[in-house]
Amino acid sequence: MKNSKSSQRLLSSPYIAWAVIFIIVPLCMVFYYGLTDKTGAFTFENIAAIMSAEHAKALWLSLGLSLISTVICFFIAYPLAMILANMNVNQHSFIVLIFILPMWMNFLLRTLAWQTLLEKTGVINNVLSFLHLPSLNIINTPYAIVLGMVYNFLPFMVLPLYNSLVKIDPNVINAAKDLGANNVQTFFKITFPLSIPGIISGITMVFIPALTTFVISNLLGGSKILLIGNVIEESFTQAGNWHLGSGLSIVLMIFIIVNMVASAIFDKDGEGSAL
Amino acid sequence: MKKYLSVFCMSTAVLLSLAGCGTGTSGENGEVVVYNWGEYLDPEVLDIFEEETGIKVIYDEFETNEIMYPKVESGASEYDVICPSDYMIQKMIENDLLAELNFDNMPNAKANIGKQYWEQSQQFDPENKYSVPYCWGTVGILYNKTMVDEPVDSWSILWDEEYKDNILMQDSVRDAFMVALKLNGYSMNSTDVSELETAKNALIEQKPLVQAYVIDQVRDKMIGNEAAIGVIYSGEAIFTQRENPDLEYVIPKEGTNVWIDSWVMTKDSQNKENAEKFIDFMCRPDIALKNFEYITYSTPNDAARDLIEDEDIKNSPVAFVDLSQYSNLETYQYLGEDGDALYNELWKEVKSN
Amino acid sequence: MIRTTAKKIYIALIFVFLYAPIATLMVLSFNASRTRAKWGGFTTKWYFSLFENREIMQALWNTLLIAFISSFIAVIIGTVACIAINNMPKRSRAVLMGVTNIPMLNADIVTGISLMLLFISLGFKFGLGTILLAHITFNIPYVILCVMPRMKQISPSTFEAALDLGASPVRAFFKVVFPDIMPGVLSGFLMAFTMSLDDFIITHFTKGAGVDTLSTKIYTEVKKGIKPEMYALSTIIFITVLLLLFLVNKAPKEKS
Repeated sequence: MKNSKSSQRLLSSPYIAWAVIFIIVPLCMVFYYGLTDKTGAFTFENIAAIMSAEHAKALWLSLGLSLISTVICFFIAYPLAMILANMNVNQHSFIVLIFILPMWMNFLLRTLAWQTLLEKTGVINNVLSFLHLPSLNIINTPYAIVLGMVYNFLPFMVLPLYNSLVKIDPNVINAAKDLGANNVQTFFKITFPLSIPGIISGITMVFIPALTTFVISNLLGGSKILLIGNVIEESFTQAGNWHLGSGLSIVLMIFIIVNMVASAIFDKDGEGSAL
Repeated sequence: MKKYLSVFCMSTAVLLSLAGCGTGTSGENGEVVVYNWGEYLDPEVLDIFEEETGIKVIYDEFETNEIMYPKVESGASEYDVICPSDYMIQKMIENDLLAELNFDNMPNAKANIGKQYWEQSQQFDPENKYSVPYCWGTVGILYNKTMVDEPVDSWSILWDEEYKDNILMQDSVRDAFMVALKLNGYSMNSTDVSELETAKNALIEQKPLVQAYVIDQVRDKMIGNEAAIGVIYSGEAIFTQRENPDLEYVIPKEGTNVWIDSWVMTKDSQNKENAEKFIDFMCRPDIALKNFEYITYSTPNDAARDLIEDEDIKNSPVAFVDLSQYSNLETYQYLGEDGDALYNELWKEVKSN
Repeated sequence: MIRTTAKKIYIALIFVFLYAPIATLMVLSFNASRTRAKWGGFTTKWYFSLFENREIMQALWNTLLIAFISSFIAVIIGTVACIAINNMPKRSRAVLMGVTNIPMLNADIVTGISLMLLFISLGFKFGLGTILLAHITFNIPYVILCVMPRMKQISPSTFEAALDLGASPVRAFFKVVFPDIMPGVLSGFLMAFTMSLDDFIITHFTKGAGVDTLSTKIYTEVKKGIKPEMYALSTIIFITVLLLLFLVNKAPKEKS
């Protein structure tokens, strides 16, 4: 017993060392920058900056848009994941790969391609005008940003949902039906509750990146819509104000902590999000 | 699952073999690390330089002056030669990041760069000790003749309701404020709070009319008839006109920014001799001409301009504008940390409005 | 019958949505005009000039090298960590899993900047090495998340039985545990590889002079207009992977 404990310590030490050096220490540096000003004196100013009109507005807008995107992703992905989960069992990895495959085309290129599709004189509008349909004017609006978010993060919703649905033992569902439950009841009493870990990790994997994105709002929103990600990015790259950028990042981490707590509550066995 | 891994191993193998030809060797005469704007020289020029001098060029690109600065300041990468803009050069001189150049090692620089550009450079490099002009130009309005009927000669057209959703503004603090300050008759280097407030309010007023805030994408969007009017650097004008003859470039009567991007050498450079060789090489007339033809930004290299065969371009009022015709032209100055912070703060207010 | 048709239409729609931009990029790779805004006629010249473009080729090489090495190392560290985490007391396990989630959930820009700060303070020379360290860091969580669930399904008694029967711990691991977690390890590798391939922001802040990956190269080009060679390269990458995927899928199914 003693032997296995020490060998465990041996096994975990490389990762713990790695995590301390490359995750914890850098994080501490962000906290250090966020809690000091240019002279190095301690201050809460950079964190309180979130209350200023522009920052608060950017945060609300980001929260709103990423929430909408997450909800849309969920309602698109859940039926899809159910259909896929009921398909031929031999095809599992194939299905997963089909959703990962678009990611082999660079993220920036894909988002830029949406610009080509959505523009006033873009592909979609050319097709619409050819069919004598009214044109679609969503480029440079929040709608285009939501579309970009849904597009980019949909696979992150589909995959965990699919994984958790595939794991459900068909016998459980059959048993429920044998006991007289109809389809709706089976879904709400069996399928849905069993897929909650997948839902949680799906929501996390969509909501958090959507909350912090700045590329999508730049490319599809015409930089007219300032999201909190843009504010942070600009304070690092354009204004050169690392203290403010770090301070605002600390604020964003609150959402990550909230999320961790939520996962801990719903995912009691700590099974993690199986991708 | 195993077989899918094999897919990715195979793909990687195929792609790696594709890329295999791309690995270089180090030069016999050391190296020089160059940090330049994206797409800002003809890549062939680097090959010629390596061949002629035996110096290996490590080439890196940046998107904005502001992104470049912290990378150089932090010393994370050891750059030798950089190509910042005017006000940024001033900032780098003030913060002691640049080395003085020895012009005895750079005969081409002194001989070929026109006198007026050295004079212009004195606004940010008073004794011409640190920088060698590489490209210059103005900021102006590019408009589509099929969409705009009236004569365009003023920034005020960017506030015209008629072109709602057809206007492209520059997505950079200084350029956006330059337009608004000039429209109101102020200096674009103003740090006067009330002047800046006026400019900010003008920009907020303009925002509903703006289709998008972009940087170099103005080019693609104007070529594709996406918008009627855009604020653009003169260097892009030749290219866009070649692609779409309906486009026309004007310098507004209220005045505008005349900018210069110049080669500088970093203080901590480990390859000073090679750096100077590189800068000098860029000033050679044939090389400057090659670069001009590739990037279409105006060259301050008079000897190169003489080599241009196409008379239209050689005397193009867009590429080689006679600046004496215009009044109120200015070059950006570094405004100090407080000035920068103020501009950024106001710009954020515009953007979030 | 209607149900299955409806399902098929639904899947088809989503595929159109996912692959429409990719089709656009492919079409653009045959565009003779240098700008994406104008169709200048059909050409295949970009596919030839691509191979003469030293920078793009070098970037492709870097990208694949970094993705391969970083995901390989991440898989080793991550899998070993999973074994250890799995046997930990509940509380320390929760803490370590929480830490693991940080790079995945944190804004990329914060991860990138914080790593840059770290490398500067450690006095590292920025280059391939720093990018690798950064990529390994954000790849490990994906590996752990893929391997962990598999690990949980394994009953510890099989491993102990192997030990009782006289196998060394290493041998017991490779004979008993490893085959069971293999699918998780592979999908972890795949996920890590893809993430590394697609990452731009973290690479941007941890890269050194002259070391470009495809992502950072594209980002500099986004502002100036993407070079058509880049579309051509993406098309080649996509087609290569897709073809191999179908080939393997058509090949006789293996037992496992």
